[in-house]
Amino acid sequence: MSTATRETVAGRVGDSAVRPDAALKVRGEFAYSSDLFADDMLWGATLRSPHPHARIRSIDVTAALTLPGVYAALTHADVPGENRYGLDHRDQPVLAEDVVRYQGEPVAVVAADHPETARRALDRIAVDYQVLDPVVDAELAMAEGAPVLHPECPGGNVLRHVRIRRGDPEATAEVVVTGEYRVGMQDQAFLGPESGLAVPAEDGGVDLHVATQWLHVDQSQVAHALGLPPEKVRLTLAGVGGAFGAREDLSMQVHACLLALRTRRPVKMVYGREESFFGHVHRHPALLRYEHGADRHGRLVSVRAEIVLDGGAYASSTPAVVANAATLGIGPYQVPNVRMDCWGVYTNNPPCGAMRGFGAVQACFAYESQMDKLAERLGMDPVELRIRNAMREGSTMPTGQVVDSAAPVAELLRRVRDKPLPPPADPTDPRDLPGGVANTTRGDGVVRGVGYGVGIKNVAFSEGFDDYSTARVRLEVLGGEPVVSVHTAAVEVGQGLVTVQQQIARTELGIARVTVLPADTGVGSAGSSSASRQSYVTGGAVKAACERVRDTLCALAATRLGREVGLVDGKLVTADGAVAASIADVLGDEVIERTVEWRHRPTFPLDPLTGQGNAHTQYAFAAHRAVVDVDVELGLVKVVELACAQDVGRAINPQAVLGQIHGGSAQGLGLAVMEEIQVVDGTVRNPSFTDYLIPTIVDMPPMVVDVLELADPHAPYGLRGVGEPPTISSTPAIVAAIRAATGRALTRVPVRPDDIALAGSASRPVPSRPEVPCD
Amino acid sequence: MSNHVAVTVRVNGVDREIEVDPRATLTETLRDRLGLTGTKKGCDRGECGACTVLVNGRRVLSCMTLAVTAHGAEVTTVEGLSSGGELHPVQRAFLENDAFQCGFCTPGQVMSAVACIAEGHATSDDEIREWMSGNICRCAAYPQIVASVAKAAAELGGAAR
Repeated sequence: MSTATRETVAGRVGDSAVRPDAALKVRGEFAYSSDLFADDMLWGATLRSPHPHARIRSIDVTAALTLPGVYAALTHADVPGENRYGLDHRDQPVLAEDVVRYQGEPVAVVAADHPETARRALDRIAVDYQVLDPVVDAELAMAEGAPVLHPECPGGNVLRHVRIRRGDPEATAEVVVTGEYRVGMQDQAFLGPESGLAVPAEDGGVDLHVATQWLHVDQSQVAHALGLPPEKVRLTLAGVGGAFGAREDLSMQVHACLLALRTRRPVKMVYGREESFFGHVHRHPALLRYEHGADRHGRLVSVRAEIVLDGGAYASSTPAVVANAATLGIGPYQVPNVRMDCWGVYTNNPPCGAMRGFGAVQACFAYESQMDKLAERLGMDPVELRIRNAMREGSTMPTGQVVDSAAPVAELLRRVRDKPLPPPADPTDPRDLPGGVANTTRGDGVVRGVGYGVGIKNVAFSEGFDDYSTARVRLEVLGGEPVVSVHTAAVEVGQGLVTVQQQIARTELGIARVTVLPADTGVGSAGSSSASRQSYVTGGAVKAACERVRDTLCALAATRLGREVGLVDGKLVTADGAVAASIADVLGDEVIERTVEWRHRPTFPLDPLTGQGNAHTQYAFAAHRAVVDVDVELGLVKVVELACAQDVGRAINPQAVLGQIHGGSAQGLGLAVMEEIQVVDGTVRNPSFTDYLIPTIVDMPPMVVDVLELADPHAPYGLRGVGEPPTISSTPAIVAAIRAATGRALTRVPVRPDDIALAGSASRPVPSRPEVPCD
Repeated sequence: MSNHVAVTVRVNGVDREIEVDPRATLTETLRDRLGLTGTKKGCDRGECGACTVLVNGRRVLSCMTLAVTAHGAEVTTVEGLSSGGELHPVQRAFLENDAFQCGFCTPGQVMSAVACIAEGHATSDDEIREWMSGNICRCAAYPQIVASVAKAAAELGGAAR
C-alpha cells in the first residue's frame, strides 16, 4: 500500500461541520422533552403558590382525588426522601411545607389521564394560606431587623458576601466619577418549556427522560429527594429546546418521578409558557455603586464598588454568581487599587440563578457605563480610555491572579472601532427607522449614536470546584469500516456540542464515521453545559479518551505487525510515512473502549477577607460597537448594527462560533432595550411573550464579527469558551450608543422609552439633531 | 367523549377522520392525537410562531386555530414537507446555513419560510425580516434564517408570485 490511499476525513476540528442532529431538526423529527410519549402515560401538573410569602396552615387534596381520571395528588408529606434540593445549598423544598417564599412556589402535584383533568384537579386542592408581608428589596433585606427568610442561613438574608481588597483600598485620585446602576430581572426564555417523562422501573427505581443542563447533578438531587440510591434514578437526555442557564436547577424532575413512583405509570409533565416564567430561575437583578478614580491622563488608579444581587427566595447558584460579579467586577482593566464588596441576598422575589454571563453581565453594564463617564469627564475618547487601561497577558486581576494566556482587550476594541460605520438610515423606508412599519416617524427626531463595550468572563467552574468531564470512546470495525462511538453525559442544548465531539474524534482518530451516543447517566458526569465550559472540558475528555484508544490501537498494531506504527488519517503508518495496515486489518473483531475522566487546571478558593486567590482557570473577552438610531421624541430605539470582536483561542467549528456570537449579542440587546420580568411586591406582572419582549428577527441588527484565534496553551486545541462573552459586552455598548444619541444618563437596563423621551430623566443636554435628513 | 365532534382533515396528503373536543386546538390535535410532534407548542397563545403550519397553503398559528375549523381543509406540517426522504429546499437551506441552534423554533420557521416565499415576500433581506418576524428564535440564529430564506427563495423562484 502507498501513502496515496490516505485521505483526510472531513468534519474535523476547525471545519464548519454540519450538526449530526441537523436533519432531524429541520424535519421536525428531533424528539424534544415535550414530544415524549409512553403508552398508558398520565399527565402531571403543579399547584403553585399565588403569594410571594405566606404561611401554609393546611393543604387538603381530598376533592382533587375524587375527580374521575385523577390518579394522585401529592404534597410535601409524600416526599419519601429529604424534601430539600439545591445546586449549592439544599434550601429549597420539593413541595412547600409550612412556608412559601415566592409566587409560583410548588405546593402540590397531581397526575391525571388528561392535561385538562389535571388542571381541574389543581383547582380542587384547598390550601389555607396566612399571607405574610414579602421582603422584596434586596438592600432592605440586608438591613438589621429585616424578617429572616431562611433561619438556617448564618448571614441572615445575606447568602454570600465576597470582599476583594487589592492595593490601597483608600487610594485617592485626581479625577473621580461615581455612579449607581441597576439591572432588571432578565429571563432566559428558552422556547422549549420545562418538560420530561418519568417511567417507573421494575427495580423500584425510575427512568427520567428530561431536558436539562447537567444530568448528574439532577440525578443526585432527585435521588436524595426520592430516598433512592442514585443508581435507581437513571436519567436520559431528551431534546433540549434552549437552556441559557435556566435548566441548571431542577424544575419538574422530582415531581414527575414522585408521581410515576406513586401511580406506577409513566408521567409526563410539560409547563406552559406562563408556568415556565415561574418554573425556572432568572438573571439576578442588581444594584451597583461604583467609584472610579484616575489620573489626569486617564490611567485608572482605583475602583471601589458595592454590588447587591437579589437572589430571590432560594439559593440556586447565587454564591457562584456573587463570586463572578466580584472577581470580574472591575472589567478587563488594570487597576492597582480595588475595593469590591458583592452580596447575594435572599428576598421573596423569584429565585435567581444561572443565566448566560452569570454575574459578569450585571457588573459589565456598570463598569462600562463608568468608563464612558470617566472618558467624558477627562474629555477623552472612550475607546482610547479603555485601551489605555486594558489588561493584557501577564496582567494581574484584582484577586491577585495573573492572566497567563492571551488577553487581547486592546486589539478587540481597535477592531470594532475600526470597522466602517453603516450608512445613514433611509428615511423613506420605515423598516429602517425606529418604530419600523408602525410608521411612527419619517426620520424626524431620529438621532444616531455609537457606543462601545468590552467584557470579561471566566470559563468553566471556579473556586476549587472539582470540575471534570467523563468520555467513553469505542472503536470497532463494522462492515469492514472502522467506526467510533462517543459516549458522554454532556448536554447538547443547541450550542453544537455533539458536533464538537464528533469533530474531535475524527481529528484524533482520522475516522469519518463517528456516532455520538445519547447522553445519559450510564457514563460518568460531564459537568454542566454552562459557564462556556463544555468544548473545553468535555472536549478535553473526548480528546483524551481518543488518545487512549489510539495508543491502544498502535500498541496492538505494533504487536501484530512486528514494527512501530502510528495512526495517521485513519491508517497505521510506519515512521517513513508508508501505510502499513488499515484499522480493519489490525482490529478485526476486537473492540477498543476507553473511558477517561478529564479535568482542567485546578482553581482555588478566594481568601474570605481579601478575595485573593487563583479562582478561575481561563478568561475570555469580547468587545462590541453598537450603532443605534433613536427617536428621541418617542423613546424608540433601533439597533442599526452590532460589531463584535472576540478571541476564541481556536474556533473548533467556525460556523457554530458565529452562531454563539450572534445569539449572545442578541440576548445582550434584549437586556439593553427590551427584556425585564417586572416584579411588583414579589408578584410577576408579565409572564408571557406578549408582555416580556425578546428580540425578533426585525430587532436583530446586521452583525460584523471578527473572530481571533489566539491559542490558550492550557486548553485543548488552544480553545477558549465562546458562549457567554458576547452576551456581556453588547448591553453596555448599546446603552452607550443610546446615551450618545440622547444625552440621557440611562443608569438602568433595560432602557425604556420613558427613560429616553420624558424630559424629567434628562441629565445632559440633547446633542444637535436630527442627523438623519427629513423629507 | 360524547361531546366530541367528527372532523375530516387532510394532513400531509392523508385523509384523517378524527373525533375531537371542540375546544381542542390544531396544535394539540396534531401533536397528541395524530402523533405529529414536529409542530411545537412554545407559548400556546400566538406569540412565538413555533406552531406554524399551512392550512390550505396559508400559514397559520395552529395554537390559535381550533381543530374543528380545519374540517375539510388540507393541513401541511413540517413532517409533510419533504418527499421521498429528500429535504424541501427550505429545510436544506436551513441545514446548510446552520439556521438554528436548539432547533425548537425550526419547524415553525421552516413552515413560515415556505409560505413567505410562496407569498412573494422574500425578495430582499429587509422583506424577509419583516415577513418572518412572527417566528421567534431565542438562540437568535436570525442572520442565518434570513440567508436560508433568501437562498431557498432563489431556488424556488418559480414559486414566488
